[in-house]
Amino acid sequence: MINFILGVVTSANYWFIVLRSTAPILLVTLGAVITAQAGIMNMALEGSMLWAALVGVIASSATGNAWIGLLAGVGVSVLVALVLGFFALKLDANAVLSGVALNLVATGGTVFVLFSLTGDKGISSSLPSKVLPALTIPLVKDIPWIGKVISGQNIIVYIAALSVVFVDFILRRFTIGRRIRATGENIEAAKAAGIDPVRIKFFALIVSGVLAGLAGCFLSMGYTSNFTSGIAAGRGYVANAAQVVAGGTAVGSIFAAMLFGLMDAMATYLQNIGLMPELIQALPYAVTILGFVVVTFVRDRREAERKRRLFASSTMKKENVGGM
Amino acid sequence: MERLSETDSLFFHRSDALQTLIRTEKLSKIYPNGTFANKSVDFSVLEGEIHGLVGENGAGKTTLMKMLYGEEQPSAGRILIDEKPVSLASEFAAIKAGIGMVHQHFMLVPSLTAAENLVLGKEPKRARTRTFDVEAAARITEELSARYNLPVIARARVADLSVSMRQKLEILKALYRGARILILDEPTAVLTPQETEELFVELKALKQQGKTIIFISHKLKEIFQLCDRVTVMRDGRLIASHRVADVDIHQISNEMVGREVRFEITRPSMAPGERVLDVRGLAFVDDFAIPKLKNVSFSLRKNEILGVVGVDGNGQSELVEIITGTQKALAGTVRVHGVDITNRPPSVIRRSGIAHIAEDRMTVGTALPASIEQNLLADRYWSRQFSTKGGFLKRREMSAYSGTLVREYDIRCNSAHQPVASLSGGNMQKVVIAREFTANASILIIAQPTRGVDIGAIEYIHSKIMEMRSAGKAILLVSSDLQEVMGLSDSLVVMHQGEIVAYFPDASRVTDKELGLYMLGLKRQSEDEIRKVLHE
Amino acid sequence: MNSIRRFFVDRESLAPALVTLFAAVFSLLAGIVLIFIVSKQPLQSVQNFLLAPFLRSYNFYYLLIVMVPITFTGLALCVVYQLRYMSLIVDASLYVGAVVATAIGTQISLPAGIHPAVAMLAAGLVGGLIGLLPAILKIRWRANELVSSLMLNYVFYFLGSFIILYYLRDRSQTILSSLPFKRTFLLPRLVPNTQLHVGFLIAAAFVALVTIFLYRTRWGYEIRITGANPRFAMYAGIPVTTVVLYAHFISGFLGGVGGAVEMSGLYRAFIWQMDPSYAWDGVIVAMLARRNPKFVPVSALFLAYLRVGADFMSRRGDVAFEFITLLQGLIILILASDRIVNYFKERRLRKQVLKSQGESR
Repeated sequence: MINFILGVVTSANYWFIVLRSTAPILLVTLGAVITAQAGIMNMALEGSMLWAALVGVIASSATGNAWIGLLAGVGVSVLVALVLGFFALKLDANAVLSGVALNLVATGGTVFVLFSLTGDKGISSSLPSKVLPALTIPLVKDIPWIGKVISGQNIIVYIAALSVVFVDFILRRFTIGRRIRATGENIEAAKAAGIDPVRIKFFALIVSGVLAGLAGCFLSMGYTSNFTSGIAAGRGYVANAAQVVAGGTAVGSIFAAMLFGLMDAMATYLQNIGLMPELIQALPYAVTILGFVVVTFVRDRREAERKRRLFASSTMKKENVGGM
Repeated sequence: MERLSETDSLFFHRSDALQTLIRTEKLSKIYPNGTFANKSVDFSVLEGEIHGLVGENGAGKTTLMKMLYGEEQPSAGRILIDEKPVSLASEFAAIKAGIGMVHQHFMLVPSLTAAENLVLGKEPKRARTRTFDVEAAARITEELSARYNLPVIARARVADLSVSMRQKLEILKALYRGARILILDEPTAVLTPQETEELFVELKALKQQGKTIIFISHKLKEIFQLCDRVTVMRDGRLIASHRVADVDIHQISNEMVGREVRFEITRPSMAPGERVLDVRGLAFVDDFAIPKLKNVSFSLRKNEILGVVGVDGNGQSELVEIITGTQKALAGTVRVHGVDITNRPPSVIRRSGIAHIAEDRMTVGTALPASIEQNLLADRYWSRQFSTKGGFLKRREMSAYSGTLVREYDIRCNSAHQPVASLSGGNMQKVVIAREFTANASILIIAQPTRGVDIGAIEYIHSKIMEMRSAGKAILLVSSDLQEVMGLSDSLVVMHQGEIVAYFPDASRVTDKELGLYMLGLKRQSEDEIRKVLHE
Repeated sequence: MNSIRRFFVDRESLAPALVTLFAAVFSLLAGIVLIFIVSKQPLQSVQNFLLAPFLRSYNFYYLLIVMVPITFTGLALCVVYQLRYMSLIVDASLYVGAVVATAIGTQISLPAGIHPAVAMLAAGLVGGLIGLLPAILKIRWRANELVSSLMLNYVFYFLGSFIILYYLRDRSQTILSSLPFKRTFLLPRLVPNTQLHVGFLIAAAFVALVTIFLYRTRWGYEIRITGANPRFAMYAGIPVTTVVLYAHFISGFLGGVGGAVEMSGLYRAFIWQMDPSYAWDGVIVAMLARRNPKFVPVSALFLAYLRVGADFMSRRGDVAFEFITLLQGLIILILASDRIVNYFKERRLRKQVLKSQGESR
């Protein structure tokens, strides 16, 4: 057992699958990060992914072009985010509850649409949908081991990596990032400064919609080549927990998403050797919760420690003053 | 009288040579919870003046200003700037119309720097990359700071700035956005007298530079020191506007409350009894790691009201929270009748004999959506009087009991089953007082008992507090209303930056001027003098 | 009588009731529109959808049977919503409760009557413990209880099916099924020759129990105060953490019992191929009941009516059953929108201002 796992974690193929499994969760986690920073929780990420996965498949099979599928998928995903924004920001609905409601609409709606179009319920195999291309990176592909891991991934995997930089730039370099942080941290202050928090939140929602759309399309047009009901498998929810693990930063998202990716890939492996697949499928979710707990625990510890130190230093100062 | 003052203000419009910069016509505001905050207000401000706006808490000053700053939308009426009707649909629209506001609770983002806060919403960008220009933001801040002589540290995080510096930053923020009209909502409430004077000098300088200032306060002295004209509001109505030179402080205070203000509190003399509450060496650090309490020690005796004096934010709130168990101390002990209750939960602390009037009745002191009855019984529903052994509620007893309290404490309501949210501020506070004063506690911790309460209720509450003292309770009174604490207390402690810096065994033998020196940290008693509050 | 009149005169309580009604009617209309869009024989489908319970007696009893599990999850979520928490862990409680009941129903021999009761109690206890988890995660580590409960639902779903597959599976069956339940485990039928079982009465009893618990006992009082303002509750000396924990335990307990009732009432073996997700139905039932357990039977009836109609229609036509999930999402969306709820209120206030201004002139 131990030997088997050791064998797995040193194989290039395993790490190839890890990257592949990490990509979709990384994309939605980034989406969760940017909305959380703006002070709105995008619970509808799951629904965004589901609709994107379905519409991507339908559009690509209708046009015969995977890229048009991707475009349509991302579009519909953004639409879901906008609907959430409409309900949460314009109608003052509870954002979490309306997000959950939209996921329910998506869960039922995707199957309903698939059935109405094809007569199938579970899987879209009757649709001749296209798959997004994998990229071979010259030079890198020739590096032993690393080449096998990094090169030859689906294009969305590389887009996911670039998205980290993209979100990092939005949050830290551009003025919009400061406005997002101001809105999330003290909405009254943002308003008083003439910032329209509703617009800021819509912006964050749109970005998260694009990211979730990419993730959803990847699931049905790269990771697998079909839409299946419930294909997002709770990744939209996981992302909202991973966001906390990520500490609200783009770079942190890599680690948070990797946690899920490592387990997801391990599950794929262990399942292949017939090792209690049900238990192993539970691992990614369990480990994310565990990661959340550990990260919060460490953060709380550090905070308490910082306070204690500060207090100690401030009382010491006072004593020194008294001494003089 | 009202009618007369209305003609007064009309007369002003026609005869004054200065131009009206901003005015409102029949402006009304009713909030979704039913509060009628502004009733047909005709308010006008002349260009280049400092205009005072006075009124008791809840008179509608803040609501009026929120409408001028686009934070709230009028339910009826209109706003004119330079005699042109404007629609101030948002803060953004108000800023564009040349209005700037300094809120009572500062509108700053603590984790961003002063400079980042200043330029927020109107940020300088690097020419080539269109990214945020940190250097330019700092430069702008320093330049503005120098031009208007309002010192701030541009690169420090707001979390690390002093209160008065944050206020200056707020003023600079408005000026950076091109404000012609500056609204300051009770700016002096958080300042020391010295800082207040400094602010006044700065505001007068701004007036010299052509800015128009609306200054909200309920401290009349400040109005007479600073303002050219003054408008009085009461119960959501505009009562009158005057040139400050034409009126005296008595007339204004009459207009504010509708009758003579009386702050005399009758207090029978009474010798304090034995110690019941001992606080020793309390320390606390807040979430921003700022020490809020440092080694605070005192004792409280029966039949005694010990007043805690200090500028808001010097540790008074934290002290109350720790004693009553809603906050955990870092070090130190709290003992009731010798029993250690430090950092125990409020349920234990209450049963040890402490009742607590919380400073914020809206978020802590009541459950707004719950009924008056539920609120009145929240600390005793479990007793045999209201619950059977099996845990069933005795609903008849509960409703009879709450009916009695409603009558006894004069809580004005239709029924004890209506939600507390539907009550006025004064009646809400009576709900809190009815519960806490009948809690059978030996110690009362009272924080801001009359904040935002109408004058009639204030007198009632003060007399109730004195009644409690006569009944043998030990009372700790925290209030930012200096007159109130001085009038009610037997003895006083002064807090400054989380420490007790003075103890006055006889509250009647100290002046507010002297207290001011201690509140500001300019003076400090010797350790021996302060130790007397331990009564050991 | 008087209280009925007061209900209609008092707009404070009328407005939310109207919105609830509006959400129900709107969802029905939306359903009909959808049917017209996708169905080739829309009139037939709409008729099947709306009149199903009256077209066949089977459907009518089916309606009552469907009410049972969603009454349990609806009650469970009423308790949680009274606290203003949003945990959906009742899904896992119900699923694992069913698994626990399966274990007891297949592995242990007990006399009839006692057998299902023991199973319900055990399932309730396990469900209650599971119900605690998101509350603990929230209290101790500030984890959003909705997010953590949804993830835990996955964990417990996989865990539950693992137990069925490896310990309780009937290997003689080709489809996934547990060993058959012992006869003593099965609940008696309420009406002969139908599937309507005694579980229906058990659910009704729990409606009464939960109503009494929430509104007539000190623990229910604690839950309601804590939900109204947790800071106030703590300040007033209510042990908030304890309250949150036992409320969640009770919520999970109800879910667990619901799972056991389903197993012993409706089935002869555990044959769920996937998570039935009754928690989502519970969300709607509790929201339509405005978190008052008293109204749970009414809203459960409405939802069961929708489900049975959709089921009947989909088996007899070309509209997928899943469209019911879509409608459920729409109902929650409407009920969650404060602006819609407040619409009536604001309009009334505006009138009031205009009126009082007329007076002041």
